[in-house]
Amino acid sequence: MEIKTADIAKLKKTARMIRIDILKMLTIAGSGHTGGSLSATDIVTALYFAKMRHDPNNPEWQERDRFILSKGHAAPLLYAVLARSEYFGMDMLTTLRKIDSPLQGHPSKNTLPGIEASTGSLGQGLSIANGIALGLRLDGYNARVYVLLGDGETQEGQVWEAAMTSSHYKIDNLCAIIDNNGLQIDGRVKDVMGIDPLVDKWRAFGWHTIEIDGHDMEEILSAFDEAEEVKGKPTMIIAHTIKGKGVSFFEGKARYHGIAPTPEELATALLELEDKDLVV
Amino acid sequence: MSQKIATRDAYGAALLELGRRREDVVVLDADLSGSTKTERFAAEFPSRFFNMGISEQDMIGTAAGLALAGKLPFASTFAIFETGRAWEQIRQSICYPKLNVRLVASHGGITVGEDGASHQSTEDITVMRVLPNMTVIVPADATETVAIINAIADYKGPVYVRLGRAKVPVIFEEDYRFKIGSAYVLSLGKDVNILATGIMVSEALRAAEILRDEKIDAGVINISTIKPLDGETVLKAAKTSRTIVTAEEHSIIGGLGSAVAEFLSEVFPVLVWRVGIKDRFGCSGTPEGLMKLYEITAEDIVVAAREAMSKKR
Repeated sequence: MEIKTADIAKLKKTARMIRIDILKMLTIAGSGHTGGSLSATDIVTALYFAKMRHDPNNPEWQERDRFILSKGHAAPLLYAVLARSEYFGMDMLTTLRKIDSPLQGHPSKNTLPGIEASTGSLGQGLSIANGIALGLRLDGYNARVYVLLGDGETQEGQVWEAAMTSSHYKIDNLCAIIDNNGLQIDGRVKDVMGIDPLVDKWRAFGWHTIEIDGHDMEEILSAFDEAEEVKGKPTMIIAHTIKGKGVSFFEGKARYHGIAPTPEELATALLELEDKDLVV
Repeated sequence: MSQKIATRDAYGAALLELGRRREDVVVLDADLSGSTKTERFAAEFPSRFFNMGISEQDMIGTAAGLALAGKLPFASTFAIFETGRAWEQIRQSICYPKLNVRLVASHGGITVGEDGASHQSTEDITVMRVLPNMTVIVPADATETVAIINAIADYKGPVYVRLGRAKVPVIFEEDYRFKIGSAYVLSLGKDVNILATGIMVSEALRAAEILRDEKIDAGVINISTIKPLDGETVLKAAKTSRTIVTAEEHSIIGGLGSAVAEFLSEVFPVLVWRVGIKDRFGCSGTPEGLMKLYEITAEDIVVAAREAMSKKR
């Protein structure tokens, strides 16, 4: 699939709006995960607005492509993307983390249309994605399953159990993405519990692997296209990203893994993000 | 009660029949399909059977995904590994989103025998019962197992079924009717009622006969659905005898005895004597030897009933 330049520009603009949504909703909520929502914004935006076949008016359409947010703490990103896709109203975003709100701190299935699985306990999403992909294959549907993992998340043993399952059962309607931002709550991934060499590991587990810049829209889209062509094995896209991407003073800081912007930080961040209107 | 069949064998047969009737049934196992008896399904429906290898956590997550895709997954392994190793996966990936996954575990209880404590699941009922949305069922015999497998096929939400390794007496006739959430009254006693689950139902029947010889009118009620508990029947039993003995091949902490005591303490407090495994691990031995050692035989139920009667107010 050839992406027109204009589409890329539109996607970049959508990603920027989603970053603004994320920052606003987190500031209102007063808590939540900023860094990992911003690092994965371009990837998830590309999926929902350019790649996946899905229908916000019919969220349970059986042949839809699925997206599982295994790194469930990036819930603000998923909520913003779903709202901008018109699964529900934008005004819902202001209820993030509030009592009785369907926008829980981590995604909960059955509370909101468009949420495919309850996640938040790390390491479980790839297994779920495998199961869905196997189910779709049994039914003969052409639909694809996408699952986004954090890099720190791959320290969970279940991820590697699932990695074996994906290749053993030749699950080629599955595409996993690692948001490889290099940081987790306690600091740098390589200091807390090293996971390198990441590409070699996934390849050794029988996966087709692609390395990309996770903030380059063209690279993101062409990786998804490449994954779709791979037969007989699952595809892992290792997306190199920057935690807190888009806001200079959040970028690359582990501290912003799990805290929300202050109103002052939001004001400064919005100036940075809105300025970029000029360059698009 | 002359014929003896293991509930896991009945499961293997029932699952195969269910698979023939329903194309949405898929089965997962963690390298124990010969022991859990899912191998019969696997042989006839290889495309709908997924051996996950020795990876229970991944098996639970994959079963969740298959349910999300509209399938009816049955996931089996030994009870201790299914409910213990993968407890948090069951909580997060299955119970929380209330998915239609059937966790049918074999080798529940200490009658697993010679493999010893590491393989004897004596706390699975407790840890499954505590999970919101989870239904917990323990069949008393092979007949009831078949009825349960058919009943849970049409049920909405997660279900845990605990099966055993050892051959146990067949209690019920072919026309036995099982309903999820309903206890089955075999007899109602005026002096004491024994509420039993799983293989302890046949022990309870034997205990009731011994007690009858002592002129004690003992009833036996099969509580196969431990959650949701059939409060109406439990209350009726308590009101009739004012003394209850519970019997389970499981820890007395958190299982059937706890469920009954919790319920009655709020609505009709009576003496509840719990026959079960005390707060300790098992050991290797024959099933019969272990039941004696851990004091969960008909004779132990009789002792409990006598003591309860002597303290009755």
